[in-house]
Amino acid sequence: MADRDQIADELAGFALFADLTTPQLQGVVHAFEEALFQDGERVLRQGMTGGGLYLILEGQASIVVDGEERARLSRGEFFGEVSILLGEPPVADVVAVGTLRCLVLAAPAVEKFLHAHPSLMYRMLQASARRLRNANRWRS
Amino acid sequence: MAELTARPFPPGDYPLIVVGSGPGGLQVSSALRGHGIAHAVLSADQEPGGMFRRWPFFQRLLSWTKPYAPVPRGTRPYERYDWNSLIPESDEHRAVMVGLMDGTSYFPSRPEMQAGLEAFASRTELPVRFGCRWTGTRRLDDGRFALETSDGEYTAGTLVFAVGVAEPWRPSSPGMELAAHYADTRPVEQYSDRRIFIIGKQNSGFELASGMLPWAKRIVIASPSPAKLSVNTHSLVGIRARYVQPYEDYVLGGGVAILDAAIERIERGEAGGAPFRVITRRSSDSVEMDFEADDVIAATGFVAPLLDLPDLGVVTFGQSRLPAQTPFWESATVPGIYFAGTIGQGSAGLKKHGIPSNSGAVQGARYNARVLARQIAERRFGYVRERPRIEAAKVVDFVLDELTLGPELWHQRAYLARVLTVDPADGIRDEGILPLAWFVDAGGPDAIAATLETDGTGAVYPVIYLRQAGTVSEHAIEAHPLLDYRTAAARRELTALLAPILGRS
Repeated sequence: MADRDQIADELAGFALFADLTTPQLQGVVHAFEEALFQDGERVLRQGMTGGGLYLILEGQASIVVDGEERARLSRGEFFGEVSILLGEPPVADVVAVGTLRCLVLAAPAVEKFLHAHPSLMYRMLQASARRLRNANRWRS
Repeated sequence: MAELTARPFPPGDYPLIVVGSGPGGLQVSSALRGHGIAHAVLSADQEPGGMFRRWPFFQRLLSWTKPYAPVPRGTRPYERYDWNSLIPESDEHRAVMVGLMDGTSYFPSRPEMQAGLEAFASRTELPVRFGCRWTGTRRLDDGRFALETSDGEYTAGTLVFAVGVAEPWRPSSPGMELAAHYADTRPVEQYSDRRIFIIGKQNSGFELASGMLPWAKRIVIASPSPAKLSVNTHSLVGIRARYVQPYEDYVLGGGVAILDAAIERIERGEAGGAPFRVITRRSSDSVEMDFEADDVIAATGFVAPLLDLPDLGVVTFGQSRLPAQTPFWESATVPGIYFAGTIGQGSAGLKKHGIPSNSGAVQGARYNARVLARQIAERRFGYVRERPRIEAAKVVDFVLDELTLGPELWHQRAYLARVLTVDPADGIRDEGILPLAWFVDAGGPDAIAATLETDGTGAVYPVIYLRQAGTVSEHAIEAHPLLDYRTAAARRELTALLAPILGRS
């Protein structure tokens, strides 16, 4: 069980938040909510609206498209951003593998949050570019 | 109140034990009795009411009971306008709050709310063993539970904890122990002509600030992230309209300061000066600022008082240390332990668009408790519920009526749903109110789930979930400005949507 200061310390170790000051990190922790999912529980649902931006604090998440696992994410990684940025329902299920602990920011708050933290937005863009590169490699 | 003096439920073995006599405990007990499930109710308090015996300090609740509504008082649709009455199993005890409020506000005072809960318990003759404090829990070899209490040991196969989220919590910043907690707020006149520093921008912090506006010399409200207002989030997330006055005072420069800053530490002031110094660091630019204060109050929230349940394997999460729960409010990690009342918010549901359920408040938790009672009755006691048949031709009107009038859907949006199953051999059956997260994820026969949703824009619109051949799809129906979905357009839309699934029944 972590309180917000401990979570802020955890975030300080993630690449995504590397440029933020401690007060900014504490602001992030207050803006996000903590959510816990048990093994096999769905976090995001393919084709269903109303998701959020999820950041993994602990455990793993499986990205499943039409019943087939496409990727697995772990601590420090994030998901849910694609459907928020495009304004479309997720194209995959995201399912907890073991106990999954996340921070969540609801979709309507994400745009304002990213504008307020441009360095974090840049690092997210880098992570997305890396994912795109890996997907292209996999295809070629 | 003969049961008060006779003290029911002496220590011993019971099929089921409910712990708590706040709204959650009373509601689940009433519904369990409605299903004929024998159970004991134990409470550390001396009378019913739970947290409403103490809070809110400044006398009025955030939940309303409208004496005049577009539907008749004391009917099921009236529950949409009466957020505070518990739901009885017989019509005569409905809308108990209306008759107990003095008419000066549609927000009941704390004493009125307490009176309402006492009236519900006494009029429906709900027995509770008061003055019996739960002190510990063990697992027996046969899988059942032993409950240690101030009156002796109880055993039961099923436990329902409705013990609130009322244990004061404060963060670990240095010197935080110097701050008084919200729970220890003194009579308001004792804050006259003083400099007050409030930590936390939730409703509790703003409630205190609102109450102190006529008394305090200066009020600073601080936490790392900006205040959210419910009128901006279009939901119950954020500071409710009733407590926004300090915010207006702040923007008009009246003596309130609202600050986005982390609390670095609290120190005792120097002799002859203010009793406390609060050192903060501004979120935007890390600038350090310090404030002198006569009183520092941590309005930093509460945690669930779960005693030793985590030792039994009950996993908790988040700032309020809520137990992780299934969609039916059973511990996600210890079967047989359930939660009712405000702790039920640990079963978050789909939380679509980031908007939480109202499970933390009476108007939401009362329906959860009724669904929970039926689930426990079925799953653990072999109770067989009624599943009324509905003719295919009447389904559309039935669903539109529920979407317009069903209080469960109004108060628990995107959380509880009216479910109809469709079986070619057996026909269409009304399965009653069920958790939407369960419907969406659990699989099962072809079915229709109707719920209401909001997306943060202010609109409230029906959403129909169809389960066909195991796959669930989501269909929003256009919002109506008067929130009445019994229109020709909605009827046409729903008829077309349901045609494929109803055609097979």
